[in-house]
Amino acid sequence: MAQQGRHRFIRKFWVIVGKDLLLELRTKDTWVGMLAFVVMVIFLFAFAFGTDRSQVRQTFSGILWLAFLFAGILGVGRTYHHEMPEEALVGLMLAPGERTWIVVAKMSVAFCFMFGLELVASPLFFILLNQPWTGRWAAYLAALALGAWGFVGVGTLLSALAANVRSGEALLPLLLVPLEIPVLITAVEATRAILATPPGNPWGWLEGLLAYDVIFLALPLVLYDYLWEV
Amino acid sequence: MTKRDWWMWPFLPVMWIACYLNFLWSPDDAQLGPSQRIFYFHMGAATVVLVAYTITLVSSIAYLVTRRLSWDRWAAASAEIGTVFTAMVLVSGILWGRAAWGVWWTWDPRLTTTVILWVIFAGYLLLREWSDNPERRALYSAVVAILAYVDVPIDYMAVRWWNSIHPVVITSQGIAMAPRMIVAMFVSMAALLYLFAIWMAIRLRLLRAEAGLADIKNRLFLAMQELEG
Repeated sequence: MAQQGRHRFIRKFWVIVGKDLLLELRTKDTWVGMLAFVVMVIFLFAFAFGTDRSQVRQTFSGILWLAFLFAGILGVGRTYHHEMPEEALVGLMLAPGERTWIVVAKMSVAFCFMFGLELVASPLFFILLNQPWTGRWAAYLAALALGAWGFVGVGTLLSALAANVRSGEALLPLLLVPLEIPVLITAVEATRAILATPPGNPWGWLEGLLAYDVIFLALPLVLYDYLWEV
Repeated sequence: MTKRDWWMWPFLPVMWIACYLNFLWSPDDAQLGPSQRIFYFHMGAATVVLVAYTITLVSSIAYLVTRRLSWDRWAAASAEIGTVFTAMVLVSGILWGRAAWGVWWTWDPRLTTTVILWVIFAGYLLLREWSDNPERRALYSAVVAILAYVDVPIDYMAVRWWNSIHPVVITSQGIAMAPRMIVAMFVSMAALLYLFAIWMAIRLRLLRAEAGLADIKNRLFLAMQELEG
């Protein structure tokens, strides 16, 4: 019985993840928008800072993460976009299974979008800004994954909140950006260490990022329960 | 001011004493000269910030547990005043930094975490401003306050964890200052905490009045509808 119950809860998770990914596949209105935005941002940086290789090298990891952060705000702000019309969220909550799985599913989808974006956009950054790849894959992928994770934990919580507030679109970046500053600092420093010649040690920064990720995953999971009520 | 506000009046002599101790009685700093005197209000304001945001955190948790809107008013009043005092800490710090370090601002861990704290709570106040439904506002701001408070211990520990150029006055070895300076510091802290208490009392009263007024408006509206219907 317990086994069956657990199976159903996890099923709720997979159903929501599948639904969101299918919706994205059909409407292409979140991830594709994020990707297009990141490409625009690369162009803007190239025009604003020039493409001189050694000059860009100083600021490259900062440019990379700023672009991801902006695109992430765009994407994470739409986490509950499809659940607002016709009270679809109430339907999700009434569906059998723990409500927490809705949150975990939404976070996972947001993580997929963010991480997928980083994976696709990274080569574009290296190519368009003329940067040679000198880093280590494992560390770089870890930085991308931990950065994305740090972003979606608070991001999805605040997006659920902003969806119900007047001028929520304006409020989301105001609340999210200051909370993301530790992610930005640690991710940028870790990336800088990974790409430096000779390579530095990024693990101190990545451990800091991991600590942030854990805190800001646990806290939203606790607080979400209260958000559903109104 | 009414009769029950008698306890607010001794604030004036306390503040006068604090100013006297800060500006005249305590000695000049050996290295920094008179510019060090800004420290007394800086430190006092920082103490108020810590107390104010802690009250916001506790009231927010209390609201989530009890669902009484009076806790939300405590959280709101304390966060508002805390943000004003954070601004005071930042401004006095900027002035002192100019005198002691020669720059207005530097991206030191302590300074950075403090300015982040200020920005997060400014966002919190905007969230309050932009929510219409009182229950929803209380709920959402309680959630954001708990998230925002994570920065408070980080801010406090910033000078101890990382290499910061911000001075650490109170350490495990005691207080690294002349005895008269220590007296002046504690009296300033007390005076500013007193100011905070007065401000809280007035702000809470105003928020209660606002809530009562909104309640009367709603009842009036319902009564009018009933009459028309």
